[in-house]
Amino acid sequence: MADTTTDGPMLAADGTPLKQSLARALRRQKIRALMLTAPLLIFVLVSFIMPIGSMLMRSIQNTAGTEYVPDILPNVVAELEEWDPTTGELPSEAAFKAMIIDFQVAFENKQHTQLGRRFNYETPGMSSLFRKSGRKVSRMDVAEITDAKAALLDVDEDWGNLQYWATIKANSGYYTSSYYMAAFDAERTIEGVQMKDPDQRIYQKLMLRTLWLSGLITFCTLAIGYPVAWLLADLPLRTSNLLMILVLLPFWTSLLVRTSAWKILLQEQGVINDIWIALGFSDRLSLINNQLGVVIAMTHILLPFMILPLYSVMKTIPPSYLRAAKSLGATNTTAFLRVYFPQTTPGIGAGALLVFILAVGYFITPELVGGADGTFISNRIYFQFSTLGNWGLAAALGTIMLAVVLLLYYVYDKLVGIDNVKLG
Amino acid sequence: MAQTHSNDAFVAFERVQKSYDGETLVVKDLNLSLPKGEFLTMLGPSGSGKTTCLMMLAGFETATYGEIKLDGKPINNIPPHKRGIGMVFQNYALFPHMTVAENLAFPLEVRKLGKSEREAKVKRALDMVQMGAFGGRRPAQLSGGQQQRIALARALVFEPELVLMDEPLGALDKQLREHMQFEITRIAHDLGITTVYVTHDQTEALTMSDRVAVFNDGRIQQLAPPDELYEAPQNSFVAQFIGENNTLDGTVQEIRDGYAIVKLDSGETIDCKPVNVSKPGERTLVSIRPERVEIDKSRLHPDAHTLQAEVLEFVYMGDIFRTRLRVAGREDFVIKTRNAPDQRRLKPGEMIEIGWLADDCRALDA
Amino acid sequence: MKLTKMMLTTTALTVAAGAAFAEGHGSMADSMTVVSWGGAYQNSQVKAYVEPYVEMNEGLEVVTDESSAEAVTKLRAMSEAGNITWDVVDVVAADAMRLCDEGLALEIDPDTMLADAPDGTKASEDFGDLIVSECFIPQIVYSTTFGYRTDLLDTAPTSVCDIFDTETFPGKRALEKRPIGNMEWALICDGVAIEDVYDTLETEEGVQRAFAKLDTIKDDVVWWSAGAETPQLLADGEVTIGSTYNGRLFSAIAEQGQPIGMLWDWQMFDLDGWIIPAGLPADREARALDFVKFATDTQRLADQAKYISYGPARASSAPLVGQHAELGIEMAPHMPTDPNNAQNTFLFNYDWWASYRDDLDAQYQAWLLQ
Repeated sequence: MADTTTDGPMLAADGTPLKQSLARALRRQKIRALMLTAPLLIFVLVSFIMPIGSMLMRSIQNTAGTEYVPDILPNVVAELEEWDPTTGELPSEAAFKAMIIDFQVAFENKQHTQLGRRFNYETPGMSSLFRKSGRKVSRMDVAEITDAKAALLDVDEDWGNLQYWATIKANSGYYTSSYYMAAFDAERTIEGVQMKDPDQRIYQKLMLRTLWLSGLITFCTLAIGYPVAWLLADLPLRTSNLLMILVLLPFWTSLLVRTSAWKILLQEQGVINDIWIALGFSDRLSLINNQLGVVIAMTHILLPFMILPLYSVMKTIPPSYLRAAKSLGATNTTAFLRVYFPQTTPGIGAGALLVFILAVGYFITPELVGGADGTFISNRIYFQFSTLGNWGLAAALGTIMLAVVLLLYYVYDKLVGIDNVKLG
Repeated sequence: MAQTHSNDAFVAFERVQKSYDGETLVVKDLNLSLPKGEFLTMLGPSGSGKTTCLMMLAGFETATYGEIKLDGKPINNIPPHKRGIGMVFQNYALFPHMTVAENLAFPLEVRKLGKSEREAKVKRALDMVQMGAFGGRRPAQLSGGQQQRIALARALVFEPELVLMDEPLGALDKQLREHMQFEITRIAHDLGITTVYVTHDQTEALTMSDRVAVFNDGRIQQLAPPDELYEAPQNSFVAQFIGENNTLDGTVQEIRDGYAIVKLDSGETIDCKPVNVSKPGERTLVSIRPERVEIDKSRLHPDAHTLQAEVLEFVYMGDIFRTRLRVAGREDFVIKTRNAPDQRRLKPGEMIEIGWLADDCRALDA
Repeated sequence: MKLTKMMLTTTALTVAAGAAFAEGHGSMADSMTVVSWGGAYQNSQVKAYVEPYVEMNEGLEVVTDESSAEAVTKLRAMSEAGNITWDVVDVVAADAMRLCDEGLALEIDPDTMLADAPDGTKASEDFGDLIVSECFIPQIVYSTTFGYRTDLLDTAPTSVCDIFDTETFPGKRALEKRPIGNMEWALICDGVAIEDVYDTLETEEGVQRAFAKLDTIKDDVVWWSAGAETPQLLADGEVTIGSTYNGRLFSAIAEQGQPIGMLWDWQMFDLDGWIIPAGLPADREARALDFVKFATDTQRLADQAKYISYGPARASSAPLVGQHAELGIEMAPHMPTDPNNAQNTFLFNYDWWASYRDDLDAQYQAWLLQ
C-alpha cells in the first residue's frame, strides 16, 4: 500500500503510470459509448445536419439546374466583366458573340431553359426569351457571324433589353445574394439594390405575421392548458388518467382530420354558426378562412404540447408548498402567484418554446383554414419549393426562418435561461 | 404538570370527529387541551389520526364534528392563512425559487411589514437558528439539517403563538436528529411558544415533550408527561408502543394490599401492580421494562416471587448488555443490564433466576 | 467496386440482348410502371386503356403509381441518381414542357410513334395545336371553369363576369389561390379583349387593373388550393359560385346529384398527357412507346370519356364519345370541348406564365395580404 506514495508518478499495480492506465480504461469506455450512439449519430448526420447544410448552400449557390451559372456561360461572364450597366449602353459586340457561343453549348446540354428560369426569378420575361431563342440560336454558324448583336436582336428583340443583361451580369458568380435579396423583399435594378414598395414586401409581412400568430397561439395554449394541466396534476390518479386520455386523444387523430373537423364546425354554414343564428343573432360569423380560424385550430392542435410539459412539472410540486404558503399567512391568490406559479415556469418555458417553434413551422393547418390572410411563411416556402421550383428562394426563406428561431431561442436563453426549461 | 381545564386552555379540541369517506372515523371523539407554552407531542403509528388532528388544527382539514378552539375562540371556519399558526412540514416545504432570506421574509411580506422591519426580523430568526450567513442561498444549496433550521425559522419569524410540526426530523440521520431535537425544544422554551409536534418516533416524543398524547385507532390512548408514560402506561398499547417491554399473559388470582398476584399461563405466580384490573379471575397482560428486571436475587425482597430463566442470547451493546431469555414459555423476554465493572455477563445456556419489584410490574388489560 | 462492375456487365448484357431481340421480336419489358394522379382520373385510364392493353399482352405486369403531382421533382431526382423507375408518366402540359426542356423526357415524333386516325389522318394533325411540347403526348383537355348553386341563386349566371356581380348573384365565391385564370377573367370582365389579355398583364397598369377588378369581390372570396374544395364548398352552401376543374363539377352534379349548374363561359383549357422519361433501357422504352401508341389512339381516348368528363385530345375521337359507363348519360354535352360549351374559351398560356408566374405570384400574394 505504501509504495504508491513514493516520489514520481503514481503507478498502477502492474507498474505502468496510473494516469496512463486510467486513460486506457476510460478510452475503452468511450469507444463503447461511441459505438452505442453511432447509429443515432449517423442518422442525425444524414437526415438532419446534411439536409440543413445543403439547404444553407442552396440559398447562396448560383446554379441553373445542377450546374453553376458561370460554368454554363463562361465566355459571357468574362466579356461582361468590364461592362457597366449604369451607363445605359448595351454590352459589347464580343459579349453578344460570347452569348451565342455559350448558348449553343447550353442548348446542346438542354440547359438553356433552366438558365432562363434562373434569371427569370429576378427579371420576368427571361425564361420566355431563352426558351424561344433556343432553336434559332443553335442553328447559327458562329464562324460566319459578323454582327452578333444584330443576329441576336434578329432572333428576339428582347436581347436588346438592358435590364436582362444587367441581371446576367449581376448573377455571373458562383455564389449569389439574390435569393436572400428576394427573401428580404429587395430587388435589383440597374441603379442597384432597392427595397420593394412597402405593399409589395410580402416576406416581411408573412414573417411578422407568422411570428405574431405563433405567439398568439402560444399564449392561447398556455391560457387554456395551464388550468387543465393543474387539474391533471391535482386530481386523483384514476380521474386524471381519464382526463389525460382526453388530452392525448387529438394526438392520435390525423392532423388533417382534426383540421377538417374544425372546418366543418367553424364554416359559415357550420354547426357553431347555426347555433349562433338559433340564438337569435342575425349575422353569421366569419370564423374560418382567416386568422381567427388558424388561431382556433392550431391552439387546439398544439394544446397537448403545452399541457404535457406543464403537467410533468406540476406533478413534481408537492401540495405542501401551497399549504406552507397559506400557513405563513398567504391568501389563496398570493399563494398561487408567489409560490405555485413561479415553480411552474420551467413547464411554461418548455411548453411555450415547444408550441412556438412548432407553430412557426406549421404548414397544413394555415393552408387549409388560413384563407387569404392566415397563411404562414412556411406555406410560401412550400409554394416556392414545389410549385414554382425556386429552391434557392425557398432555401433562403427557410434559412432566415431558422435564424429567427435560433435568435429567439438565444433571447429566451438570456431572459429565462434554458436550464429553466423542463420537458418532462 | 397539572391537567388544564379546557376553558383556560390555549388550544382545545372538543369532541372532534373526522371522517373522509363518511363510513369510517379517522378521529373518534377527540378531547384535548393544552395550556400556553406547552410542548405537546402527538405520538402514534401511521394511520392513528395524529396527522389529521394536526391538519385540522392548521386548517387544511375540516372537522366533521366538534369544535377546535384557539385561545378560547372557535376556529373551525377560519381559513388557514388567518389562523396565524406557524407550521413546519415533513419535507420542510421551503420555496425552492426563493432564497433563504426571501423564504423567511415571505410571511412578513404578506403581513405587509415594512422593509427594514422585515430585514431585522429575518436576521433575528436566522441568528436564532445559527444560520445568519445563509440568507442568500437557495434551499437546494443547503444540507438537510440546514433546511430544517430554516423551515423552523420561517415558521417562527412572524412570531406565532402556536407552532405545529409534522414529523420535521423524519428525513435526517440519527445524529443530526438528536441534535435538532435538543435545538427545537430549546428554541420553543426560550420563546415560550406553544408547540404541537407530531411524530411516530417515541424517543423524539419522550425527549422533547412536556406531555405526550399517544394516538391509536383515532383515539388518545394516554396523555401524560414522558416519565409517567414510560413508567406508568395506562394500557397495554401504550406499554408496548413506548419503549421496549416484556409482556406475559396471565390471570389475576388475588388482589391484596394494593398489589395483585397473577398466575401466568405457564403456571408460575408473580406480584404485580394492578393498573386496569380490579378483580380476581380477570385476564391480564403483565408488562415489565427490561431494565427493571433484577438478576441478582440478593437485591430482591425475600418474599418476592421469582421466575426461572434460561439465557438464550447475550448481546454486547456498549453502554448496556442486552440478554434474551426464555421465561414462562416465551423466548422473547429481554433484560438490559448496565455495563458496570462488577456486572455479570450471562452466557447462553446458563440458568438464572429473575425477579422484580412488584411496583415495576404492571398488570394491564389483556 | 466489384458490385458496380458486375452490374455494369449485366446491364450491358441486357442492353445487348434487348437490341438483338428487338430485330426479330420487338422485345419489350414485361413490366411497366404507369404514373398518374390517382382517384377517378386514374381509374378512367385503367378502365379505358390499361386493362385492355394488359389483356392484349399476356404476362405484362403493370405497376401503378399516383405521384404525378411531384413528377418533375421526382424525375429530376431519379435522373440524378441514374435510376429511373417510371416508364410512362401522366403530367400537365406545363410540367411536360419543363421536363422536356431539361432533357428529362423523351422527344416524340407523333407521326411515326403515335397511331394515325382511323381515316388515315396523321397523328400530328389529329392532335393539332395540343402538341405543346416535343415530348408531350396529349391525352385529354380539361378546363377550369365555374359551377353555381342552382337553388341558392335566383337567376342562373350566364357569363363569367357574373362572378363580379354580387348584387344579382349574392353569396361567396370560391377562387383558386393563384393568379392563373383569375387575372385573365378579371381583365376579360374589365373589357379587355382576350387577345390583348397577356400584353396587358405584362404592364404594371394592366396588373393593377386586374387587381382592381378582383378587389370588387375580394371580401366575398373563399380561396381554394385543392380542386376538391370547391365542390365541397358548393355542397355546404359556403359559396354560391366557384371555380374548379370541370370533371370535379361533373361528378358533383351527375354522380352525387348536387343542385349545381355549370357556367362554361370563358373556361380555361388545360392539357394533360403522357411523357416517357428519357434514358430508359431499350426494352422498357419500347414497351412504353407501344403502350402510349395504343393508349392514345382514337378509340381509346373516346373510351376514356365514358368514365370521366374530360375531352379527348384527338379531333377524331369526339364523334365517338358515347355514354357514361355506369350512369348511362350522354357524355358529349358534359365535355368542355363540346361546341355548346366551348363558345368562349382560352388555353392556359404556358409560355407566358412560365415567364411571369414568379413575379405575378409575388404580386398576387402581396395583393392578398393587403
